[in-house]
Amino acid sequence: MHEDPRQIRRAMSELFSSFDGTKNELLPLLQSVQEKFGYLPESAMMEVARFISIPASKVYGTATFYAQFHFKPRGRNIIRVCQGTACHVRGGTKVLASIQGSIGVRVNESTPDLRFFLESVACIGACGLAPVISINEDTHGKLTPGRAVKALAEYD
Amino acid sequence: MKSLMDKCCDQCQHSPQTPCKDYVKCRKEGPICHENENCQQKRLVLLSMLTLQNPGDKQILLCKGTGCTSSGVVKLVDRLTEEIARHNLGDKITLKITGCHGFCEQGPIVIIEPEKVFYRHVLESDIEEIVNVHLMQGEVVERLLYTDPTTGQSARTYPEIPFYARQDRIVLHNCGHINPENIEEYILQDGYLALSRAIFTMMPQEVIEDVKVSGLRGRGGAGFPTGVKWQGAFNSKSDKKYVICNADEGDPGAFMDRSILEGDPHAVLEGMAIAGFAIGSDEGYIYVRAEYPLAIHRLNIAIAQAKEYGLLGDNILNSGFSYHIKIKAGAGAFVCGEETAMIASIEGGRGMPRNRPPFPVVQGLWGKPTCINNVETLANVPLIIRQGGAWYATIGTDNSKGTKIFSLTGNVNNTGLVEAPMGVTLRHIVFEIGGGLQEGKSFKAVQAGGPSGGCIPEKLLDLPMDFQSLTAAGVMMGSGGLVVVDEDTCMVDLARYFLSFTKNESCGQCGPCRLGTRQMLEILNRITEGKGKESDLDLLLELAEGVKLGSLCGLGKTVANPVLTTLRYFRDEYEAHIYENRCPARTCKEMITYFIKPDDCVACSLCLKACPAGAIKGAKKQVHVIEQDKCIKCGACLDACPDRFKAVECK
Repeated sequence: MHEDPRQIRRAMSELFSSFDGTKNELLPLLQSVQEKFGYLPESAMMEVARFISIPASKVYGTATFYAQFHFKPRGRNIIRVCQGTACHVRGGTKVLASIQGSIGVRVNESTPDLRFFLESVACIGACGLAPVISINEDTHGKLTPGRAVKALAEYD
Repeated sequence: MKSLMDKCCDQCQHSPQTPCKDYVKCRKEGPICHENENCQQKRLVLLSMLTLQNPGDKQILLCKGTGCTSSGVVKLVDRLTEEIARHNLGDKITLKITGCHGFCEQGPIVIIEPEKVFYRHVLESDIEEIVNVHLMQGEVVERLLYTDPTTGQSARTYPEIPFYARQDRIVLHNCGHINPENIEEYILQDGYLALSRAIFTMMPQEVIEDVKVSGLRGRGGAGFPTGVKWQGAFNSKSDKKYVICNADEGDPGAFMDRSILEGDPHAVLEGMAIAGFAIGSDEGYIYVRAEYPLAIHRLNIAIAQAKEYGLLGDNILNSGFSYHIKIKAGAGAFVCGEETAMIASIEGGRGMPRNRPPFPVVQGLWGKPTCINNVETLANVPLIIRQGGAWYATIGTDNSKGTKIFSLTGNVNNTGLVEAPMGVTLRHIVFEIGGGLQEGKSFKAVQAGGPSGGCIPEKLLDLPMDFQSLTAAGVMMGSGGLVVVDEDTCMVDLARYFLSFTKNESCGQCGPCRLGTRQMLEILNRITEGKGKESDLDLLLELAEGVKLGSLCGLGKTVANPVLTTLRYFRDEYEAHIYENRCPARTCKEMITYFIKPDDCVACSLCLKACPAGAIKGAKKQVHVIEQDKCIKCGACLDACPDRFKAVECK
C-alpha cells in the first residue's frame, strides 16, 4: 500500500494542508511524512520537493544528514538501545549484544517478519536509569542483558 | 476566582488583547486597580489552599518525568486517584504531577506535603498502605523511606536526604515541586515577575548590565559570558533579531536540560522573553532534540498557557514589548547543538557548521542578529533579574559565578542531578553527594563534559569544578555531564566509544575531522582487538593535533579530548593492550573469554537459559560448557549464575 505513488500523493496533499510551502519547513515536513508512513518513501520526498520548490536532490541530501530519517519500511516495534556514556558504562554494549543475539538482527535492520527494528541512539536522556532501551513510546531502564531480552516479549 | 490566574471581579479588564501592566503582581498582591476586601480575601483563600496552610490539607506529588514514567508512575497515579476517591479524601488531599526530582534511580518517587515526606521505589502494591497508614492515620511508612547506602540511616523527609541536603537547588527549585502543566504554580513561585520588572522598570541596556554583573556564563559547554553575548546582539542594528534556546542536549550522559524543560518550562520561556527584550528581538525558537517528546509536549502546553494569559504574544502586559516563541524539533544530529549548525537546521538544511566570523549575534538565523543560549543559562535569567546580578555574583568562584547543574551518572550510588555552586570539588560531588561507588568498587575516573570533555583521574579529585580549573586540567566543563567509571571500565574502550560517537556525528565538511576521526577510531579499534602496534600511540597524538587544527567547529576541535586525556592519565592501560595483549578491566571482547569452571558448576542450567546466543551446552548432572565460537561475550551467563556457585568466570 505504502509504495503506491498515487496513494502517497493523495496522503501528501492532506499533509501539506497544514504547511505554508516555504523552504524552512523542510525538516518539519519530513518529520510529518515519517510520522505518517514510518519512513520516507521516495515518491513522498518528490512531492515535498515539488511543494516547497526545491530540487529533489536537496530534499534527499538534507534527509540523509539526520539519523532520525529512514528510507525503507521498518519493523512494527522500534527498539532503541541507548549507547550513551552512562548506559555504556553500566553495560549498554552487553544489552545491545544480547538483543542482537536474541532477535538476530544488526543495528538499523528489521527482523524478517517485520516485528522489530533495531536502532542505536546516542542518548535517551534517562541516564539515572542506565542502561536504558526504549521500545516505541516506552522507556525500559535498569536493564541487564537478560531483562532486556525479556522486555521484547511484551511487544507483538 | 478559582485560580490565581482568574480575575477577582468584573473590574478586571485584563486579557491578551486588553492587557494590564500590573497583571502579574496582582495575582498574589492584588487587587491593584481597585480597593476591595472581598477581592483581597479571594486571593488569600487561594494562597492558603495552594500553600497548604489549612490544617489537614495534603498534597501528594508524583514525578511524571521520563525516568519515573519508565519506572511505572502512571499506574501509581491511577491507583492513588482510585483510593482517594474510595476513601472520600478528595476534599483535603490533592494529587499533583511534577517534573523530575533529579534522583531518578529512586523512582518512582512519591512526596507528601506539607510534611515533606519522601517515599522511593514505590510500587502499585504500596499505594494502599500509603493511603491507610500515612494519609488516614498520619504515620509514616518506614520501609518506603530512603536509606543512605553508606550509613544505613533512613531519612524521613527530603531535606534530610544527604543527596539533596548537600546541594544548592536554586535553578532547580521548582523541579519536582510544581506541576509544570499549570502556569498558576509557576506564578505562585514568583514566576513572570522578573519579566514584568524588566519590561517596565528597566531599559534593555540595564538588563544587559545586570546580567554582566552577575557573571553568568553559558551553561551549554563553552562558558561564554552571557552578558557579553547579549551586548553583541544588542549592538547589531537590524529590523529583526532572534533568540534561540539551544535545547539540543546531545551530550550522552547529560539530562539537566531535559529535566528543566519537563519540570519548569516557564523558567525557560521567561528567560527567553527577557533575553528578547534585552537584545531587541520579538521572536524566539526553542530547538529541542527529537529524543525529548515529553519536553516538547510540556513546552507546547506552557507556551499556550502563557499566551492565554497574555504573558507571551503581542504587547505583553501593555508594555509595547511583543514576544513570540516557536518550537523546532531536531532530527537526530549531535552536531546541531553547535550554534551555526543549529541555525542551518532551522533554516531547513543540513546541520553543517559555518565559518565564524560573522558570529551569530551579528549575522545568524536568516542573516539576522541571533542570540543562542542554552536551556540552563536561560533558566538562570529570571532569578538574576528578580534578585539582582550582584546577589548572583556572591555564589561561585571568581571566574565562574552561580551554580551548575551536573548530571551525575555511571557507577555511582546516587545517580541524578546535582546542583552545586561553581567551585565545588569533584570529590564532594562523587562521594558526599553521589554516595560513592556502587558495589564497593574502586573509583577510576570521571568522564566530564561528554564527548568534548575528558577524564579526570583520582589524583585530581580535589579539582574545583569551575571553567578555569577544568580547562587548565585539559578537560572541558561541557554541559556538566559527569560519568563515574570504576575499576571494571576499560579507558581505551571508553576513548574508542567516544570516538565512534563523534565520528558518526561529524558533519563531514572538514577533511581533517571527517578523515582524522575515522583513522583515530580504526587505531583504537585495533588496540581494543589486541592488534595494537607500538607506533599507534604517537600516531594517535599526531592525528589528534591535526584534527584540532584543521576543524572549523567545536566538534572537530574537541573530538580528540577523550583520547588525549585517557592517554595522559591512563597510558598504562593502552600499553597493556598493545604489549601484553591484556585488557586490565576485562572488558575488551577480543581479549576476554567467559568460561564455566567445571568444579563449581552444578548443572542448574540457569546460564543455558539466559544465553541469548545458544552458546551453552549442557544437561542435568552434566557440567555446562560455553562454546567459544558462538559466544557473543554479553555476560548474561555471569549474571545468571547464582552467587553461591560463582561458576562462570571472565578472564
